[in-house]
Amino acid sequence: MTYLVKPNILRPDTPRNTLGYTRRDYEGAISTLCAGCGHDSISAAVVQACFDLDIEPHRVAKLSGIGCSSKTPDYFLGASHGFNTTHGRMPSVLTGAALANRDLIYMGISGDGDSASIGIGQFAHAMRRGVNMTYIVENNGVYGLTKGQFSATADKGSKSKRGVVNSDTPIDLVALALQLGASYVARSFSGDKEQLIPLIKGALRHRGPAFIDVVSPCVTFNNHAGSTKSYDYVREHNDAVNRLDVILPRDQINASYEPGSLRRIVQHDGSILHLRKLATDYDPSERVGAMNHLQERHALGEIVTGLLYVDSAAEDMHRNLNTVERPLNQLGDAYLCPGSKALHALNASLR
Amino acid sequence: MSSTTNIESCNDFVIKFANVNGSGSASANELFARAIMRMGVPVAPRNIFPSNIQGMPTWYEMRVSAEGWLGRRGGCDLMVAMNPQTWDRDLAEIDSGGYLFYDSTKTLPRSRFREDITVLGIPLTEICNREYADPRQRQLFKNIMYVGALTALLDMDLGVVENLISDQYRGKDKLIGANVNALKLGYDHAKANLPCPIGLRVEQSDGVGDQIFINGNNACGLGAIYGGATVAAWYPITPSTSVIEAFASYCRKYRTDPDNGMARYAVVQAEDELASIGMAIGAGWNGARAFTATSGPGISLMQEFFGLAYFAEVPVVIFDVQRGGPSTGMPTRTQQSDLISCAYSSHGDTKHVMLFPEDPHECFTLGAQAFDLADRLQTPVFVLLDLDIGMNDRLCKPFEWDDQRRYDRGKVMSAEDLEAGKNFGRYLDVDGDGIPWRTIPGTHPTKGAFFSRGTTRNAYAKYSEAGTDYVYNMERLRRKFETAKSLLPAPILQRASQPSRYGAIYYGSTGPAMAEASALLEAQGVHVDTLRVRGFPFADEVIDFIDEHDYVFVVEQNESGQLRMLLCTEGEVDPKRLIRVLHYDGTPITARFISGRIADALSEHKVTPIRKKVAS
Repeated sequence: MTYLVKPNILRPDTPRNTLGYTRRDYEGAISTLCAGCGHDSISAAVVQACFDLDIEPHRVAKLSGIGCSSKTPDYFLGASHGFNTTHGRMPSVLTGAALANRDLIYMGISGDGDSASIGIGQFAHAMRRGVNMTYIVENNGVYGLTKGQFSATADKGSKSKRGVVNSDTPIDLVALALQLGASYVARSFSGDKEQLIPLIKGALRHRGPAFIDVVSPCVTFNNHAGSTKSYDYVREHNDAVNRLDVILPRDQINASYEPGSLRRIVQHDGSILHLRKLATDYDPSERVGAMNHLQERHALGEIVTGLLYVDSAAEDMHRNLNTVERPLNQLGDAYLCPGSKALHALNASLR
Repeated sequence: MSSTTNIESCNDFVIKFANVNGSGSASANELFARAIMRMGVPVAPRNIFPSNIQGMPTWYEMRVSAEGWLGRRGGCDLMVAMNPQTWDRDLAEIDSGGYLFYDSTKTLPRSRFREDITVLGIPLTEICNREYADPRQRQLFKNIMYVGALTALLDMDLGVVENLISDQYRGKDKLIGANVNALKLGYDHAKANLPCPIGLRVEQSDGVGDQIFINGNNACGLGAIYGGATVAAWYPITPSTSVIEAFASYCRKYRTDPDNGMARYAVVQAEDELASIGMAIGAGWNGARAFTATSGPGISLMQEFFGLAYFAEVPVVIFDVQRGGPSTGMPTRTQQSDLISCAYSSHGDTKHVMLFPEDPHECFTLGAQAFDLADRLQTPVFVLLDLDIGMNDRLCKPFEWDDQRRYDRGKVMSAEDLEAGKNFGRYLDVDGDGIPWRTIPGTHPTKGAFFSRGTTRNAYAKYSEAGTDYVYNMERLRRKFETAKSLLPAPILQRASQPSRYGAIYYGSTGPAMAEASALLEAQGVHVDTLRVRGFPFADEVIDFIDEHDYVFVVEQNESGQLRMLLCTEGEVDPKRLIRVLHYDGTPITARFISGRIADALSEHKVTPIRKKVAS
């Protein structure tokens, strides 16, 4: 990425969303990642998705772990609070933050090392706990900051830049998320923003744990022949099951679709997911089918992408805990402290 | 029987029950303790239990003291030996002239007894087998039956015990009748066959007053409610588990919205201790009062996160109910051995605020105060109790709350403050006390957002690797730690009846035993001023106290003298003037142990004055 400061000039015809914000209002600090890094494309997709959805930046809390991917929340939504936590432990911090204030939008940004290696436990439990969040893994199969070691998502047989062949079985976070109860599961590619942006939008409007695995090539350590996470490899093996359009209640639907090619899903907030089918027999409301499809295609060396599963009626952690509608961090003393009278009664019962 | 004099004492003795874990003895023993308290005599029971669900030995020790000494005294005047597995050691533990009560169904050879104690046998199993057909009833009523026998032997009021049973089983009349029947079987058998009363007696008194009877873990849970905590994340670990269980249970009672039955709190059982502290930190960062409860192994697991909360300056409260370490150590035994691991938790230069409650009353008050301190100081606050306080019901002062009190939320900038143009720098020391201002996520559309991180940053929370930014931040954190001193509860000073060159410093659950030890020493003409430390960083009074005395005993329940280490390091005290009095076998420290060690040390001092030693 460039280290030049972006000029702060707005043209009169600069597009604004219904809140009056420009895309620049959704950007963050200048990225310090390598030029051409897939992660920067994901940050750009997040910016576009939030702009399109008219999200107020300060209503988003963005959290991450440690690693290249986890640096990125600094590079988008500069008007949002962010928390760069410890390696592999972002899910618990995000869970706690979500407990404290159910009204904010929570975005967890992680990497393959952060989520599939050191943090696989927290990743798993956040999914099964039903935390209302958009959880994006920027998956490049290597450790970048420590210079190119394999991560747990590296495919068996794939070759590192130094020529070492990975002999360990890869972890597929999408398969795990499906099995563990995530209610919105997608995979995409950082080089395909047409696919990625709508998937992020759908996730942000989803209630419950939404997980997106974004294959995001590491231009410095994992973009060579023999890698299965390079731009070339992913472009050649990308097997998209569908294409998504997210339609907000305010939008007029003017796209036309061929009969039978469209699947329409209404989410809890009224947003509509239009899925243009590419694999005709693929049903994204069927968890077991999704898992089977994924395994079958993976065995053939294909990378299945698209919206793989969605349960638009999913419940979330706050429903399960039956917490009050008002955020817990906004309850005043009177709602929290039982007072001296209750204490006197309690004292009496302890004699 | 030999010519040993029998122990004679009214309202001042120690009874110990030796039982088998899982046999239902705990509730019978507690019933007996409550009966004595109903007669107005203070009792301090202690459950000494194994890490086991059924079958291993367990003991229940009761200190009966009209004076109100609630620590362990040491020794045993009456042993109720109901566990053949531990017979020999239980028998050996009885003080000379004491009493042994046992189940005499099976005849034991004379060699299995002692000549210098009074042996009181009742064929409990035989009576139970005769009276009850159901094996479970035989077991449970055997316990109630020995309570009946003890009621007769100690000359207690049978009606008091009957009333207690009626209260306990209110609404279940069948159970009342059956239990009272078993009670009377034991009582009558003792009256008819044993020398009632023995030398130990309980007489009606007025020593209990308005005190309440509760354990420290429950009091911590209640303190967290009164302290305004809304998020509890935890992982089960003995002996801290009941802190959260109590919090959840009090929450259901006090924090359920009366209109819609919804919860004004969230309790999440995490997958491990790392996640539980992570959740508490996430909630604290987002402006809710949050805590976790754990014990030593959990503290070890949470280290990295403590560093993050310290450096990112996130308020969070940790209740550490200490047990025996290191490693899994003694999970069901008590110690004060996590001071060092809490004080300097995590890598890098960290220092944490700690509070040391003495009893359930302070578990409540300091537990509630911890949340104000965490918000005010924007840092983790550790409340260090231990198994002895946490898991044993203890008589203590009733809880109080001032309805005028408002939570101190600390330096939080509101949307109005930001709108008014206040200079917001997340890590900027605008007030000179080291405490910066913070904003809660979601506060203002365009102002006050910042990026929290465990990496270095400048005063405006921007990533920085500049040494000057790092040093500014570390120096500010030190200033903040200094500020903490003035906010923590002051130490409690107790002067001896005469001016003394000697002092003793102690903290937490050592309190009640120390109080009795002081009285024992005074009775021997040994005068020692005492100071109970209630917080870390140490108040200036603590260091002044050491300066005022030639030698200070540091009494604690760990092997390495951890408070002493902190005093030497943080207070820059000469280690030679701090004499260790350490008790760390996993049982609570006793008054006899403390007074014995101090008396011995002082008599040595008199024989060889330290000056002479140095000169030679």
